[in-house]
Amino acid sequence: MKDFSYVRATSAEAASQAALQAGAAILAGGTTLLDLAKCGVAAPETVIDITHLPGLSDIIVSADAATIGALARMSEVADHPSIKAAFPAVSESLSLAASAQLRNMATIGGNLLQRTRCPYFRDPGTFPACNKRAPGSGCSALGGVTRNHAVLGTSEHCLATNPGDLAVALVAFDATVSFAGKTVLVEDFYRLPGDTPDKETVLGRGEIITGIAIPASAAAKNSIYLKVRDRQSYEFAAASAAVGFELEADGKTVKDIRVALGGVATKPWRARAVEQALIGKTLSAGTVEKASRLAMEGAVAQGDNAYKIELAPRVVVRAIQQLALKTAMKTGGLA
Amino acid sequence: MTIMVPRKHGDASDGMVGGRLSRFEGNLKVTGAATYALEYPTEGVVHAVLVQSTIAAGKVVAVDISRASAMPGVLLVLTPEDDLGLRAAGDWAGTAPKDEAYYPLPRNVQFNGQSIAAVIAESREQAAEAARLITVSYEETASVKDLEDPAAGEGKMMGNLTVGWGDAEAALAASDVTIEAEYRTPREYHVAMEPHGLIARWEGDQLTIWEPSQWSHGMARMYAEWFSLPLENVRIISPFIGGGFGSKGQPLAFGAVAVAAAKKLGRPVKLAVTRPQNFTSYGGRAATRQKIALGATKDGILQAIVHRGYSETSVYADYAEQTGAATPVLYKVENYSSEHRIVPVNTVTPGALRGPGKNPSSYGIESAMEELAYALGMDPLELRLKNYADHDYQSGKPWSTRRLREALTEGAAAFGWEKRSHEPRSMRDGNTLIGWGIGCGTFPVIRAPSEAMIRILKNGRVEVVSGSIDMGQGTYTILAQTASEALGVPVDQIDVLLGDSRLPGSAIAGGSMLAGSITGAVHKTAVAARDELIGLALSEAGSPFRDTGANTLSLAAGRVSLPRDDGPSLSLAELMTALGRDTLEIRRNTLSDDAQTAEDQRRAWTTMAKVMGPTMGEFSMHSWCAHFAEVRVDEDFGTVRVSRMVSAFDCGRLYNPKMVESQWRGGIIMGVGQALLEEGIVDARNGRTINNNVGDYLVPTNSDIPDLQVISVGVPDLNASALGGKGVGEVGIVGVAPAIANAVFHATGKRVRDLPITLEKLI
Repeated sequence: MKDFSYVRATSAEAASQAALQAGAAILAGGTTLLDLAKCGVAAPETVIDITHLPGLSDIIVSADAATIGALARMSEVADHPSIKAAFPAVSESLSLAASAQLRNMATIGGNLLQRTRCPYFRDPGTFPACNKRAPGSGCSALGGVTRNHAVLGTSEHCLATNPGDLAVALVAFDATVSFAGKTVLVEDFYRLPGDTPDKETVLGRGEIITGIAIPASAAAKNSIYLKVRDRQSYEFAAASAAVGFELEADGKTVKDIRVALGGVATKPWRARAVEQALIGKTLSAGTVEKASRLAMEGAVAQGDNAYKIELAPRVVVRAIQQLALKTAMKTGGLA
Repeated sequence: MTIMVPRKHGDASDGMVGGRLSRFEGNLKVTGAATYALEYPTEGVVHAVLVQSTIAAGKVVAVDISRASAMPGVLLVLTPEDDLGLRAAGDWAGTAPKDEAYYPLPRNVQFNGQSIAAVIAESREQAAEAARLITVSYEETASVKDLEDPAAGEGKMMGNLTVGWGDAEAALAASDVTIEAEYRTPREYHVAMEPHGLIARWEGDQLTIWEPSQWSHGMARMYAEWFSLPLENVRIISPFIGGGFGSKGQPLAFGAVAVAAAKKLGRPVKLAVTRPQNFTSYGGRAATRQKIALGATKDGILQAIVHRGYSETSVYADYAEQTGAATPVLYKVENYSSEHRIVPVNTVTPGALRGPGKNPSSYGIESAMEELAYALGMDPLELRLKNYADHDYQSGKPWSTRRLREALTEGAAAFGWEKRSHEPRSMRDGNTLIGWGIGCGTFPVIRAPSEAMIRILKNGRVEVVSGSIDMGQGTYTILAQTASEALGVPVDQIDVLLGDSRLPGSAIAGGSMLAGSITGAVHKTAVAARDELIGLALSEAGSPFRDTGANTLSLAAGRVSLPRDDGPSLSLAELMTALGRDTLEIRRNTLSDDAQTAEDQRRAWTTMAKVMGPTMGEFSMHSWCAHFAEVRVDEDFGTVRVSRMVSAFDCGRLYNPKMVESQWRGGIIMGVGQALLEEGIVDARNGRTINNNVGDYLVPTNSDIPDLQVISVGVPDLNASALGGKGVGEVGIVGVAPAIANAVFHATGKRVRDLPITLEKLI
C-alpha cells in the first residue's frame, strides 16, 4: 500500500476543498476504499476522513419523504422502524446486502459509490487492460469469464455490473441524491459506461454526497426487494428486483408500479417498459409474466451470463407475486 | 446404536476417554488470547511480500527492480537472479533428496500465480508497495489451461491405481440394466481462515520458524534439508492453527524465501501470504473427471463397475486425485475395473484437501448408484442395502468393523426416508421443489507410530507433551482425557503441550491418522508413568507405602492409595514430596521393539516411511458414513438450499463425541460448499484463477447450513487403533456432494454431473 496523508475534515467545505486535489479519496465507512487499496485499484495520495462531520448521519422520515444523511450506516437505515414501515424495499435491499460486519461499517453515501466486482477491474497486476481503471486500455472482461457481468447497459468498452442493492431500490422510488448543493435523481446520478466507463456517476471532483431523499409514495410503502443468488447470504445478486405498486380503489387495477433491477446492468436499472405494460392492468399471472419479459429489452449476453436474461424476468414476476400476496393479506382479499 | 445424547458435565465419564469435554483451548481462541504464528512478537522483524507470475507458462526474461529497490524501507529484493543456496528436500515418503539445487523463485514459469520475486522491507506496507512496482518481462510459451482444455490430452496412466477383478467389461455387456455417465468436479481450495505465512528467525545456525503446521517434525526436516542443516537445528513452533484441511503439512516455496531472506539480512522475517496468493501458494483439490458404467440384474444386483478417471496435475509434479479411491470398497461387486490418469496442466501442483481421492470418487460412484436406482425403478436405499459388501472385494480381506448398514438404516430412520415418494419432482411446496438424496462416504484407517512424554511435577500437575498439533480437531482435549483415564488423574490437573518440533515425535495431522496414533502413544506412556510412579511409591525410602506390604497401589481421582483404601492416601503432590522428586518423566513410543534406532525414529517422525495403509494386516479398515440430504430448489430461479441433513457415521470409538461431532459437521459444511458453491474459476487466456478471494470464491455462510443431525453407529475397533477409534477428520465431507446432487435430481428431475450445482445449471 502506498503511503498517503490523512486529513480529518473539520467541515464539509474543508472536505470538498481537500477533495479537489488530485489523488484525494474520501473515507467514510472505508469498506470499499480499504478493499480497493488492498487489491491495488485505489492508491490515494490523500485520504480525507469525513466521519466526524456533524449532521450527516441523520435519518428523518416525514409524511413526504425520508431524508438520510450520507454517513448513516447501512445497518442503521435497514433497521430504522420508519424506513421499514414506509420504504420496505429500501430496508430489505440493505439487509440483503454484504455481511453484518460490513453493514455496520459502510455508509449510505459510500454504498452508492461502491465499485464493481468485475474480477478484471480488481486485479490490475494481472489484467492491465480495464477501461474503467485506465481509460483507453481495453476491456479484459471481453472474451473472459463473464458469468457475473451485465447484460443491460453494456458497451464495447465495459461490461461491469453495478453491484448495488440499495441503489436499485432508490431508483425504483425516484429517490434523489444531494451533493455540492445539487440534487439529482439517483437514476440520473449513474452514467452508462459508453466510451467512458471510468466516469461512473455525475459526481464532479471535490463533490461529496451529503445525503439522499426518498419521496414517500403508496408504491414505496407497498414494496419489496427480492435478491436471487447461489449463496443465501453475503453474495452479490445474480439478479434482483425492487418492486412497489399501488392499486386503484377496486383493489385490482394497477395505479402505479415501480420496477428496478440489480445484478444485471451496468447501472441500477429502472424497468419502465415493465411498469408501462402493467399500469391500468390487473396483476394476472399471464400479464405479469409477459410484462416482465420487457425488462430484458436490449439485453446482450456474453455467453456465461446468458442465464441472467432468463432469470431476471422471473425475479420480477416473483417479486410482483410476493408483493401481491402480501398486499392481499394486508387488505384481506386477493388482488 | 443410539443417537448420542449429550451428557451433563459432572458425569463420572467426563474426564475419561469418551467424555464430552469442551475444547481446552476454546476460551483462548474466542478471546483472542491464542497466539497464532504471525502474531508472535519478534524483535527487529522485517516483512516480506511475494510477487507472483501473471502468465501461465514461459520464462522470466528480466525483473526490473529499480523502482522497488529505491522505495523507502526496502532492504532486499529477491528474484530468479539470486541463488539462495538451497538444496532439494526429500519427499514425504522419505525418499532421499535429489542432489540438486532448489529455486523457490524460479525462472521458468509453470503456472499463473507462481512466486517469482520477493521484497523485504521494514514495514509490510513498504514491502507491498515496492512489490507492486516490480516489472517482470516474460517470454511466454503455450500453456494448458485446465483439464477441459483440448490441448490437455489424455495424460499419463497411473499404473499403481489400476484396480480390477473379474471381467468387468463382459459382465457389463451381459447386464440387464446398465447406466453410464461422466462426472466432473472443479478445482476447490482449502480457504483456511488463517492464511499461510511464517516468521523465520536465525540465531547463528539455529533456525526457529513460527508457521502453522499440520506436522511440525516433517516440516522441520524439509526446512533442514533445504538449508543443509542438521535436523535438530530447526525448530517449528505451531501451537494453534487456524484450519489446515491438508494445506499445512509441508513447507512451501514462500517459506524457503522467508528463511533465506532472514539469513541474508540477519534479521527475523515475517511473510504473510495474501489471500489471493494463498490460492496458488499451495494447490487445492485437483479438478477431476470420471466416467462410470454400472451393470446390474433386473432385480438390482450389481454385476459390474467400470471406472475411468482423470485428474489434473501440474506440469512439474505428479499428483493424483484418485477418483477410484472409494469406488471399489463401497459395494459388493464381482467384476470391477478402474483406471486413473493424470493430466498435466499449467497449475500449481494440486494438493491434499480433506478427503483427497475418496471425496470426488464418492461423488462419482454415489451419483451413479442413484442413476442406477432410477434405471431400475428401485429405492436408492434398497439398492445400496441389496449390494452391501460383506468383505473388501478389492483386498479380499474381512472388514475390521463396518457398520455402514447401520449407518444407512439408522440414518434413514432418523431422516424419515420411508416417507419418500420415488418419482422426481413429486414433492413440492409452492414454487419450491423438494428432493431427498443419499450419499455414502468412506475413509481408510491409516496408522502410524507416535511418541509421547508424560511429566509428573512436584506440585502434582501432570504434563502431556507431544510435538503433534491441534488445528481445531481437539488434540489438546483428547490427550488430556487419554492421560486422565490411564493415570487416574482428573483432566483439570493435566496440561497438554503441543505444536513444537522440539517435543516428542508424532504422526502427521493428515490422513485422519493423528488421533488414533497419538492417543495410542499417550496411553502407552501414561500407563508406563503410572507403573513407574507406583513402583517408586512401593520401593523408595520416604514413601509411606513402602512398608505397607502392598504389591500394587490404586491411582484414582488424583490420589494414590492402597488397593482397599485401608492405609495412607496421598495426592500426587504429596507423593512426589515424599519421594523427594521434582519431576518424574516418562517417554514412550509406539514403534515396534525392533525399530527403535535413532534412524528408525527419525524416519518415523519426519517421513511417511512407517505409515500403514488400511489393508496392511489381516483386515481392511475404514471409517464409513451415510448422508441423507433434503434440498429445496426454487423452480424458477434454480437456487438450491439444503434444508435438512442427517448423517450417520461409523468411526469406531469416539474419544470425545463433542469434538467428533464438530469435525463431522465441519466436513459436512465443506461438502455443502463443494456441492453448491465452490469452484476455482480459471481464465482460459492466462490460466489465472480469477475468483482468488473469499468474496468471490464462495463457501457456505451460516444461513446456508441447516441443523445437521449427526449419529454415531460405530463400535470400538481395536484393530484400527489402541483405543478403538477410526479416523474422524475427513470422512464427514465424503458423500455429502452426491447426497445433495441426488437430492437435486429427486427434486427437479435434472441430473447435474458437474459440480458445483449453481443456479444456471437448473434454470
